[in-house]
Amino acid sequence: MKLYIEKLMIIFNREFTGYFRTPLASIFLLVFLALSAGMTFFMGQFFQRGQADLNSFFVWHPWLFLILMPAIGMRLWAEERKSGTIELLMTLPVTNSQLVLGKFLASWFFTLLAIIMTIPIWITVNYLGEPDNGVIFISYLGSWLMAGCFLSLTSCLSMLTKNQVIAFIVSTISCFIMVMAGFGLVLASVRSWAPLWFTEVIQSFSFLSHFKRIQYGVLDLTTFIFFISMIMICISINIFLVQLKKAD
Amino acid sequence: MNLLEAKNLYKSFGNINAVSDISISLNVGEVIGFLGPNGAGKSTTMKMLTGFLEADSGSIEIKKIDLSKDPINAKSIIGYLPEGAPSYSDMTVKSFLYFVGKMRGLKDELLEKRLEIMLKDINLSEVQNQIIETLSKGYKRRVGIAQALIHDPDILILDEPTDGLDPNQKFEMRKLIKSISKNKGIIISTHILEEVEAVCSRTIIISSGKVLLNKETKDILKNKKENLDSIFRKITKTK
Repeated sequence: MKLYIEKLMIIFNREFTGYFRTPLASIFLLVFLALSAGMTFFMGQFFQRGQADLNSFFVWHPWLFLILMPAIGMRLWAEERKSGTIELLMTLPVTNSQLVLGKFLASWFFTLLAIIMTIPIWITVNYLGEPDNGVIFISYLGSWLMAGCFLSLTSCLSMLTKNQVIAFIVSTISCFIMVMAGFGLVLASVRSWAPLWFTEVIQSFSFLSHFKRIQYGVLDLTTFIFFISMIMICISINIFLVQLKKAD
Repeated sequence: MNLLEAKNLYKSFGNINAVSDISISLNVGEVIGFLGPNGAGKSTTMKMLTGFLEADSGSIEIKKIDLSKDPINAKSIIGYLPEGAPSYSDMTVKSFLYFVGKMRGLKDELLEKRLEIMLKDINLSEVQNQIIETLSKGYKRRVGIAQALIHDPDILILDEPTDGLDPNQKFEMRKLIKSISKNKGIIISTHILEEVEAVCSRTIIISSGKVLLNKETKDILKNKKENLDSIFRKITKTK
């Protein structure tokens, strides 16, 4: 087990520092911070609402992550396949699960870094009023869990192509579907022809429905299990795809 | 001592039989030259020997370890330079070798020592802090060799190690392969026949996934009437 973690950490470190070897990290962090702040203060009308909470901040996260998570995750496997380094990597004494987990965790913790960098907004709302910090903390946690779902899905899809742009587009569309599944308009259109249980199943797979609950400070077991199991399912499929598509 | 024993390997991609019934045995001190025209199945065979591809049937034993049953331990005995010497182009030479060394299980002092030896022996000292992307083709190939050798493996598998190098670099590469071959088993795939004559103790010629010739190079060269070039053309053409 110790050796397993050791190798996983080597992969993690290479991937995590990899973000900072190119301008990708700074561009991503800058765009994420600018967009999240812009959306909170201008589109979310943070000041006009006159409420001491961060709803106007978290409400945009599913839409932000829709674009930004595929941007982070698209390179995870597509780049390895394009450059041929996958052959090098997979002839090292390492298992597929160590590779997939190491890469995924690196991208997930990079996202955590981006989320942590928005803490000044949290401080601002504490300066201006008396928010429920428990709700805000849970929202942060939920936001990171949701980002993990987007990333694991992107990682999985980036194994299917050698082209990063294709990986990005396919991942964005897939993430969009996962978000929209909980949107009223989509549910209404499904409800008109499908049985109730089917509508409920679709709704239960929606990132948006689950994130909305978290946003109001409700991190119940169902939501937590949903996000974690989504991540685990995507990672398992990713491990399978690595074995299947490595030499294509 | 036997290092690698591959028996009756088969591999097909869809309807194409890439490798049909190839068997290879590699001993300490042996350098096998793997020759064949393009698409003969050289790279596919090497990918199977290194555990990157699974054979459809057949067995591969690396120092008596079954590659399919215990791939982690089997892979740790092999050093591999894939075709085109891929490496992480955004890393520096030193950090890349460090990464591979760590993945190979080297630690602390031993890793530092091996890194030092690699940088010195493969003439990478002057570019050790340079980003791999900025290096010339020759240097990139050397980085590939260094990563394959970092853990001092018993078996070295090199897929076209001198491809694209200038004559001086080719000469240096052959010198290096010769110098390390005494206590290792090496398999080299190449198109260059003079390379086989220069460094390989055994020559295997394959075409359409089948072994057409498997002989000691010195025995082939004994025949004054025919050189390796004419033998290669004759058997791969008739095939």
